[in-house]
Amino acid sequence: MTSAPTYFRQNHLLGIEPLHPLEITEILDLADTYVDLNRRPEKHSDALRGLTQINMFFENSTRTQASFEIAGKRLGADVMNMAMQASSIKKGETLIDTAMTLNAMHPDLLVVRHPHSGAVDLLAQKVNCAVLNAGDGKHEHPTQALLDALTIRRAKGRLHRLNIAICGDVAHSRVARSNLILLGKMENRIRLIGPPTLVPGQFAEFGAEIYDDMREGLKDVDVVMMLRLQKERMDGGFIPSEREYYHRYGLNAEKLALAKPDAIVMHPGPMNRGVEIDGTLADDINRSVIQEQVEMGVAVRMAAMDLLARNLLTRRTAGAD
Amino acid sequence: MESAPDMTLFFTNARLINPEAGTIEPGALLVRDGQIEAILPADAPTPEGAAVVDCQGHCLAPGIVDIGVKVCEPGERHKESYKSAGLAAAAGGVTTIVTRPDTSPAIDTPESLEFVTRRAQADAPVNVLPMAALTKERAGREMVEIGFLQDAGAVAFTDCDHVVTDTKVFTRALSYARSCGALVIAHPQEPILSKGAAATSGKFAVLRGLPAVTPMAERMGLDRDIALLEMTGAKYHADQITTARALPALERAKNNGLDITAGTSIHHLTLNELDVADYRTFFKVKPPLRSEEDRLAVVDAVRTGLIDTISSMHTPQDEESKRLPFEEAAAGAVALETLLPAALRLVHAELLDLPTLFRALSLNPAKRLGLASGRMAAGAPADLVLFDPDVPFVLDRFKLRSKSQNTPFDTQRMQGKVLATYVAGQSVFVRD
Repeated sequence: MTSAPTYFRQNHLLGIEPLHPLEITEILDLADTYVDLNRRPEKHSDALRGLTQINMFFENSTRTQASFEIAGKRLGADVMNMAMQASSIKKGETLIDTAMTLNAMHPDLLVVRHPHSGAVDLLAQKVNCAVLNAGDGKHEHPTQALLDALTIRRAKGRLHRLNIAICGDVAHSRVARSNLILLGKMENRIRLIGPPTLVPGQFAEFGAEIYDDMREGLKDVDVVMMLRLQKERMDGGFIPSEREYYHRYGLNAEKLALAKPDAIVMHPGPMNRGVEIDGTLADDINRSVIQEQVEMGVAVRMAAMDLLARNLLTRRTAGAD
Repeated sequence: MESAPDMTLFFTNARLINPEAGTIEPGALLVRDGQIEAILPADAPTPEGAAVVDCQGHCLAPGIVDIGVKVCEPGERHKESYKSAGLAAAAGGVTTIVTRPDTSPAIDTPESLEFVTRRAQADAPVNVLPMAALTKERAGREMVEIGFLQDAGAVAFTDCDHVVTDTKVFTRALSYARSCGALVIAHPQEPILSKGAAATSGKFAVLRGLPAVTPMAERMGLDRDIALLEMTGAKYHADQITTARALPALERAKNNGLDITAGTSIHHLTLNELDVADYRTFFKVKPPLRSEEDRLAVVDAVRTGLIDTISSMHTPQDEESKRLPFEEAAAGAVALETLLPAALRLVHAELLDLPTLFRALSLNPAKRLGLASGRMAAGAPADLVLFDPDVPFVLDRFKLRSKSQNTPFDTQRMQGKVLATYVAGQSVFVRD
């Protein structure tokens, strides 16, 4: 059993909003060590040995679920995936009843994705294990923001005083919200780029600069984060067509040339090639860090679960006394 | 303290609130045969044979007339019955509840209206006046039998939070209602903009990732209704005006001589969007809570009289309907018992004085419905509330008399308690 975290005080990871910058830094520092572990031939640690991790995905996910599963297994946890789409929810069971049922099985880490904002917060109130938000509605996706932060920190050597552009479907994106909050806490300048239907003016209240002209917005940025056009979250008519969107807001080499020469390109995946990003550019290993993001995802999730488990065990020991 | 109907009551040592005159003065009140017989000076001698009620210096005001109370009969009696709603109203100083027709099924025929009238008479200790739907099944397609329903006792016609989107249907209903002299109550809202909304657009909604509606949707709904009033000359009341942007339109319509009044809800007067905090579903109401700027603008409109009435918008919901993710949770809050203590926050914050408050709680709603109550004057029914505006307490929702306890004020500090309530001179509630 490793020591208690130095700064990280959370019982759950429900969002970036409650985190202190020092807590964020501690997660990223620990994640760096897990990146090294993951690159070894024998990638195993016993940090979560004996603990049970349940992944509850009420919304389809392949990438995030796989990432959490690998992270848990590499740390020695017993990992179970529950396909909530096909489960008792369909039989009319409420979220809270499902949570109570699972809670009775004594899980230690609960990873939850849900289509409604705030659903993971609600669930966390009803269980006595550590809950990780793997994305709730349009609210937050904290591990995505943390893995993006780690990717930027490793590529740029720092995570402050950078000009970062977040482009595309900000309105429907929990990734954008979590990134906006995290990168703001770490004192970066953030630009949001997209048509006003996808980048509402209220986002200016978070201290971001809003651009509806992509060329202007990309000038001299260090990081370009592209977002996926979330067709499934749209109730119609946010953009006239995909081809016009690609013309005005799709990232290609010509638009990227306006950014700093060493600017990196990020995308949380899955990509719509030819809709928000040019396929060749996405594959350009000199500019695109999209594959690194996936790698960092596993490391960051390992770090977050490790820290939460340490706090959980401390809490349980204290409770037993 | 139960009093016989023919008894003469003499309330002494009271601070009488007169919303018509805008005064609050020490005085005494003589009640005979269920009516206020005379308002007397504080030192008036006790009339012979009268039973004395010593008010001990507390406030005596006309009982509250609450337009827009949801009693869940028929359909969902486990959420609220006429008995529980009546007890809650009496304990809250509400002497007349004007019930909503958004039950299941909706109150849209004289027969269903007679059912609720009968239930109310049997079980509720306060006056109950039913409203009827404006269109059949509140579906916005065909108007109800406005004339028959009026004869059966409907005091107003409303589809509640359903907006009649078909402008032709609404125009015809307004014209027909006008010919009957019936009051139409509408929910000013642009229904396509507000579809699915759980919060008001702004920083808070963005931060919480909640589907939101612009405050402009209320103003657009009101603008449409005002245009139709100009066409039809109908008698119209907007159920809830909750945004600053809608106020100039309302003021213009009033200045142009249209027969329009407006209400607002106690929750929009005393809470704002930030109270939702971490997705607390007891704070989910319809329309959603607004910004602090909107709240203060609406409070000021109540002070000036631009907004005429305050109502509880009492909407019982069981625990199951609220223990859900915020977007999925049912909207609405119970408020009959908390209406007066919550409204007194505005008095303690020196935003309103007591006579102005009772103008909006009692006088104006009674006037709009053509009732004789709501006044502190000889000849008015002795519907009265005796309260101490200053006594502090912490609200425990499980002590509420409603069958549902979905109040946003749970565990909050309140100031002001109802001590006794009288309906037609009879005591219906006395605090232990």
